[in-house]
Amino acid sequence: MEVHVQPKTRSKMFCGCAVAPLNAPPNTYVCEVCLGLPGVLPVPNKAAVEACIKTALALNCEIPRHTKFDRKNYMYPDLPKGYQISQYDLPMSVNGYLEVGARKVRIRRVHLEEDTGKLMHAGDKLHKAWESYVDLNRAGVPLMEIVSEPDLRSADEARDYAMELRTLLRTIGASEADMEKGQLRAEPNISIRRVGSEELGVKSELKNINSFRALHRAILFEVDRQQQVLESGGAVVQETRGWSETEQRTFSQRSKELAEDYRYFPEPDIPPLELDRAWIDELQRVLPELPSVRRARLLDQLPAAQVAAIGSDRNLADLYEAAVAKGAPALPTANWIVNEVAPSGKLMSGEYLAELMDLLEQRAVTRDQAREVHVESVETGRSPAEIVAEHGYAQVSDESELRVLAQAVIDANPKAAADYRGGKKQAMQALMADLRKRAPQANPKVANELLLKLLA
Amino acid sequence: MTSDDLTALTIKEASRLLRLGSISSADLVTAHVERIERLDKHVKAYLRFTPELWEKQAGEADRRIRQGDAPSLAGIPVAVKDVLCVRGVETTAGSQILRGFRPPYTGTAVARLFEAGAVMLGVTNCDEFAMGSSTENSGYFPTRNPWDLQRVPGGSSGGSAAAVAAGEAMIALGTDTGGSIRQPAALCGVVGMKPTYGRVSRYGLIAFASSLDQIGPFARSVDDAAIVLSLMSGLDPLDATSSDRPGMEVLSNFGAGVKGMRLGVPREYYDVQGIEPGVKAAIDAALFVLRQAGAEIVDVSLPHTDYGLAAYYIIAPAECSSNLARFDGVKYGLSEVDATNITEEYLQTRRKGFGTEVRRRVMLGTYALSSGYYDAYYLKAQKVRTLIKRDFDDAFKKCDAIVAATSPTVAFPIGSKTQDPLSMYLCDVLTLGGNLAGLPGISVPCGTSDGLPVGLQVLAPQWGENVALRVARAYEEASDVKAEVADVV
Repeated sequence: MEVHVQPKTRSKMFCGCAVAPLNAPPNTYVCEVCLGLPGVLPVPNKAAVEACIKTALALNCEIPRHTKFDRKNYMYPDLPKGYQISQYDLPMSVNGYLEVGARKVRIRRVHLEEDTGKLMHAGDKLHKAWESYVDLNRAGVPLMEIVSEPDLRSADEARDYAMELRTLLRTIGASEADMEKGQLRAEPNISIRRVGSEELGVKSELKNINSFRALHRAILFEVDRQQQVLESGGAVVQETRGWSETEQRTFSQRSKELAEDYRYFPEPDIPPLELDRAWIDELQRVLPELPSVRRARLLDQLPAAQVAAIGSDRNLADLYEAAVAKGAPALPTANWIVNEVAPSGKLMSGEYLAELMDLLEQRAVTRDQAREVHVESVETGRSPAEIVAEHGYAQVSDESELRVLAQAVIDANPKAAADYRGGKKQAMQALMADLRKRAPQANPKVANELLLKLLA
Repeated sequence: MTSDDLTALTIKEASRLLRLGSISSADLVTAHVERIERLDKHVKAYLRFTPELWEKQAGEADRRIRQGDAPSLAGIPVAVKDVLCVRGVETTAGSQILRGFRPPYTGTAVARLFEAGAVMLGVTNCDEFAMGSSTENSGYFPTRNPWDLQRVPGGSSGGSAAAVAAGEAMIALGTDTGGSIRQPAALCGVVGMKPTYGRVSRYGLIAFASSLDQIGPFARSVDDAAIVLSLMSGLDPLDATSSDRPGMEVLSNFGAGVKGMRLGVPREYYDVQGIEPGVKAAIDAALFVLRQAGAEIVDVSLPHTDYGLAAYYIIAPAECSSNLARFDGVKYGLSEVDATNITEEYLQTRRKGFGTEVRRRVMLGTYALSSGYYDAYYLKAQKVRTLIKRDFDDAFKKCDAIVAATSPTVAFPIGSKTQDPLSMYLCDVLTLGGNLAGLPGISVPCGTSDGLPVGLQVLAPQWGENVALRVARAYEEASDVKAEVADVV
């Protein structure tokens, strides 16, 4: 599997242009460098190198002493220089692995390169279009390419691998890794072979996959297609195939027989990098706890289902641990996070969550009320206890409960009751005062009505 | 002072007169423009002129001179080779494919000269994308040698060299990838210097071969070349290969002379195949002058010289094939929009926009980088490059600087080599080693052969500009051979 990830950087890979937000007007985040005008030169972005190193460290990769950029030469209108600056034979990192469930997926390399622009065609494909438009906002945006060894055995594993990568990238802060925003693009290479066969079959490479669901479906489709081809006596052709979301199938894009010769050679405009070992050591030192390690730890406290749900999101796991540290009960807190916090996407502090869990535990609020308190606390930054007190959520309004209470107050204050019945309306004040003293959480309005009713 | 006197000044002389108030920057511009109007129809050094710039810049220079805060190049007229981007000024790299291209930015070296107060006169002719040694590969017209209009000025920076030689500019900028500053300087009888690779930012230089290209000055004295170079040099955040290494403190020991210095004469350069007797005689005379001035002349060897040309003509075309891929007719310059699909558009645009020599080098380079040939050509050439660097390292253990001819021949007749690319390539045999090794090199006039200028080349170790300049200046002083303004007609 090849996965392209856009590292979290403010500027592009080789110039000072800001990374364009989605849906920015075409060609508004460009300068002479990313437009590839004559005379310009690339200068590598340190933040992108840092994100790549962090990713490599988190994927247990070796980081060679020397690395360099290379030019990958091909002409296409979305590539303004006529070459892409990438890394060929001395990538930033090599030989790592990522554990996905029971599978240890070997990582061949993680390297840095630049993205291309975007083409929009009036018509079908480039060669048939009447008009084609070029948007170079994305040109020069940094990309990390994470290449695995052929260790994934099913559509499930491939999807889980991609999801685990996303978790990892978000945990270490290297990328937002949002597939729908194109920040994580998975390109599975698929081949099938007979059970027991050692040799890998001819592969196809799938592109245009925009979600984990699509990744899963595209692979299932492709495996099935290849199986049909082989069983009908045909041969799988090595090619690039695109996934069509509307048709839910793959279609041939480019045959590798016509594969271009990219004429890689060292990028002469960027001197080879000799990465500072002390810097790498420091990045390693400040790397946060990795998801796999954390999940192993959480399994001591929680059932596997909750660990899977919380452990795949650093923010949720942080929240859980912070709340538990403040005394919140493990399983109810985990369930609350899974069922309420995660879907809402609204995170409060661990301290407040612990407070809210306590209010729930004491039945001071109902679940519905707690949900409202949660939202309000996140929006206003105020503590759940404060909000509960203000709203009177903690008050008992249940008539059957309050009726018993009201009756008890009347029984305990026969004089006041008699006075009231006798026409002294002020006597109600004494009754209410006693009621509040006995049950401060009682809803005064409901209690008052009940007293009136019982005294009538 | 006559108008022609003003066009024969050096920076030092002109700056003194400007500060005295004897002349204005506007006077200098007028004198140069008059001379250009008179002579450039013969020399054809310029591709285009920049009156809006020179008016603005001369006015600004005069204002600052009056205020007494004139920067070091205030009012000095400069010509700029057509490969250096200047904001709003048509810049075409001598090629039809870039016709009409006006960069939206100014490159670092030019910007630094502008900040120092220089006044731009115009854009000078060159071989297309700086590929050539005679300026005959220009996509527009050939430039002629001011000393003999039937002969070439050298190249690729022939327009800049001719402009300075003809008094059509006081100084000029060129670029040197295999000798493109030093060789035309030699053939036109002016001073030309290629700095250490990385000394001057390449930002804004339309690349030919990125690992070899350097920007440098043309001038009529070593002092002037040193002044211009020092103003352009230094680290630039826009060029990752630029550096602020020391070695440019030229003014400190600049005039120290060569007494006690060891100057190496590589036998492979001294007896290079095809060297003209007149050139050799001029070099012998120059060595004599240097020895008289106190230098020790020592014999050194650069054993891989023979392989340099071959390595150069693999590496430079390889890089050029990639650098020139962006000229596809889609974004700027020439565009053949009659094509029915994108591949046709590429092919037609490039076939029409590039000249023969550029197409030849793009094809050579594409071939050398192709799968299956890369190891045999590009990789092998890089290994040779390493050996050539080592040759120089070894030579510099025995000497402080290397001295040799800049070009094996004097200026040759127009058209005499255009049918034989290999003979043209041999023009750079003494200069391209300096590019492969990234060394600073300067060419200074050292007399004539049959009335045509001969250049003495001084090569110094990396970052040793001060050494090269010191030797060149000592020679200039001791020899009494000065760069002169050609009468032309």
